[in-house]
Amino acid sequence: MTLQIIATYAIAISLLIGTIFTLVAGIGLLKLNTAMSRLHAPTKAGTVGIGAFLIASMIHSWTFADQSFHELLIMGFLFVTAPVSANFMAKVNIHRGACDPLPAPTNDDMWSTLNVPEADLEISETET
Amino acid sequence: MRKLFRWLLPHPALTILLAIVWTLLQNEVSAGMVVFGVILGIIIPIMTARWWPDRPQSLRAGKMLAYCALVMWDIIVANVQVAWIVLTKRNADMRPNWVVIPLDLRSPEAITILAGTITLTPGTVSADLSDEGHSLLVHALDADDTDAVRDEIKDRYERRLKEIFE
Repeated sequence: MTLQIIATYAIAISLLIGTIFTLVAGIGLLKLNTAMSRLHAPTKAGTVGIGAFLIASMIHSWTFADQSFHELLIMGFLFVTAPVSANFMAKVNIHRGACDPLPAPTNDDMWSTLNVPEADLEISETET
Repeated sequence: MRKLFRWLLPHPALTILLAIVWTLLQNEVSAGMVVFGVILGIIIPIMTARWWPDRPQSLRAGKMLAYCALVMWDIIVANVQVAWIVLTKRNADMRPNWVVIPLDLRSPEAITILAGTITLTPGTVSADLSDEGHSLLVHALDADDTDAVRDEIKDRYERRLKEIFE
């Protein structure tokens, strides 16, 4: 019985932590003013926010229902895919010029996003 | 014997990973499912072996786990810091900045993990790689001193990844 009470408190605390961080991510998305800064908000919700929700779900399933390992997989897949989507959005911002001018790379000539092949130059110029 | 082993298990780490993921997906640990997971873990690397021309030769599993724990801890600490910045700092006071990180790492896997780590730790998002892969472009949400951000990433993450992969 006491174990279940402790588990209930642990679940409630994890859910609270998750909601706070998701709320902050939402506030950040509304408040921040440039496209690149706004990109920082969802990376927060994706890590600690969702992580806390999944911990709550895992405690619940281990104490009150059938044991479940799926949360570990969700966390793993999320941590692998979140940076990729953030990287794509950053690349879109660079293409659209919705950011401060880029500094020069240290050892190479240019950034790969801006490295447009000769044949595609015409398309990229008409689009911007 | 060695050749057979290499043919059967072109990518041993991937075999183990696939078996574990399959077992977790089933949501129960039973002998049948583990065996099926191992079978999948042997077949899939053999079929995809030709797309893995140069895999990392040596992976130090212990150091990799230590690195994961370090990153988890950093994510939690940095989350609190960035939440504080978002809630209390006015937009006009923030200094979003580009940071250029010259890379010492050469293997694509290591650079991918470094870029992923930078994005997952709040406050920094890795945005681009230079065309020949010698430097990484990172966007920092609030950084007065870009050199300090660069040195921290280089010292904290890149040095450890270099130990793991090389």
